[in-house]
Amino acid sequence: MFSLQGITNGIQNFLKANFGATGVLIIESVIVMMLAITLFATLGLVLVWMERKVAAQMQIRSGPNRVGPMGIFQTSADTLKLILKEGLTPDGADKFLFNLAPFVVMIVAMLLLAPIAFAKGFQVWDINIGVLYVSAVSSLSVIGILMAGLASNNKYSLLGAMRSGAQIVSYELSAGLSILAIVVLTGSLQIGDIINAQQNGWWLFKGHIPVIIAFIIFMIAATAETNRAPFDMAEAESELTAGFHTEYSGMKFALFFLAEYINIFIVCAIGATLFLGGWMPFHIGNWQGFNHIMDFIPSSVWFFAKTFLLIFLIMWFRWTFPRLRVDQLLNLEWKYLLPISLFNLLLVTVIAILGWHF
Amino acid sequence: MFIKEYLSDIYHATKSLLTGMRRTGYYFVNPKEIITEQYPDNRDTLKMADRFRGEVIMPHDENNQHACTGCTACELACPNATIKIITKFDVTPEGKKKKALDTFVYHLELCTMCNLCVEACPTDAIKMGQNFEHSVYDRSMLLKKLNKPGSKIREGVE
Repeated sequence: MFSLQGITNGIQNFLKANFGATGVLIIESVIVMMLAITLFATLGLVLVWMERKVAAQMQIRSGPNRVGPMGIFQTSADTLKLILKEGLTPDGADKFLFNLAPFVVMIVAMLLLAPIAFAKGFQVWDINIGVLYVSAVSSLSVIGILMAGLASNNKYSLLGAMRSGAQIVSYELSAGLSILAIVVLTGSLQIGDIINAQQNGWWLFKGHIPVIIAFIIFMIAATAETNRAPFDMAEAESELTAGFHTEYSGMKFALFFLAEYINIFIVCAIGATLFLGGWMPFHIGNWQGFNHIMDFIPSSVWFFAKTFLLIFLIMWFRWTFPRLRVDQLLNLEWKYLLPISLFNLLLVTVIAILGWHF
Repeated sequence: MFIKEYLSDIYHATKSLLTGMRRTGYYFVNPKEIITEQYPDNRDTLKMADRFRGEVIMPHDENNQHACTGCTACELACPNATIKIITKFDVTPEGKKKKALDTFVYHLELCTMCNLCVEACPTDAIKMGQNFEHSVYDRSMLLKKLNKPGSKIREGVE
């Protein structure tokens, strides 16, 4: 049966046999870096194409269909165009911060990749505070956005960055509280433990209604944190041209664009891990036969299927809902999501203490 | 009371959002609803809407006759001087002089397809055509003469 764990173990043993401990570490780091960059490039191309196709179908259009079959090479062509374009730096911009900002956003996205389990035994770093690490590092991306907005010497950029700051700081709260619901049920912050706890069913089904509410709140907060419609106040094409990346062009713009899609992938991967069991196949309680059949589908397929399901959900939101006004956005968080998720956390705690979950 | 309002707000908001998502979800799983015309590919089968206004045309029947009396009502109705009617005098069999159309000059490059000339025409001599492929390399090629050479006014049209 296809298994990524087998491949990694094979490589590990081969390297151990041929190199010293330091050599193994260096070579493995290089391999991980290459894999991360490859994953990012592929995800960027695939997700942008997917977004355009989904958007088109939902708006009764056909989307890109000229470059390659069903337009699959459209994004490659766009990337080529962006590479060839000149990366302008506007007069009066803070050159250092302006050029640094896209890389900060990108590096934050790369850091978030570390604790994600892509398949059984295929994880860069199963850190024991995995969930805390994710929620801490994901809030750093706002620094890159603020940097871009401040350095651009453009009012639209500044406004977009400020809105983005207010938005991400607010929505971090309810995202954190809904993640906490799963942490309470599992009793561990480690991603590996959280996945293993879903051996006999995913938390979404095991945890009754409170976990479903937590899941909905998490998806709303994730949409807001990735600055996507209906919460795309930071970009808001019709109000701020392009918000914080108004002044960016060429490859620097492409990095922002790529980081946006990588962030979507990562928050969806986190959501899939916490609520839908990550790479864990679909198991029902103690139905040994059924569970065994489900185990035949490779764990990496399960992980990517769940993640792309959530990505599709977020795209569905984007192409259905109108953009919120900035005060409505903050109302939604502080008047609705935060009180509900606090109350919900209480319910989950009661369930966890009394052992009512399956 | 406050709690009731709060919960009903949430309920109605969720319901309206789900209604919207159901609509877009329906379009997503029903690709046959797509209304995009693959234009250059389907040129042969392209069907324009009945009321589409592509250009002003003057229909001629099989005897090369049209219905224009040269009354210049369309020229007067046109808001941006797209139409210029040049008239002449025909001699009727009884030996009388009668005003008739010599040339119907139509500046397509000035036309906004407003349909006012068609509405002004008392004899329905002109109408809006369906052709929209007007691209040419020289602007002077957009100047058109709508009446065909050698055409005459149809019998009985006053």
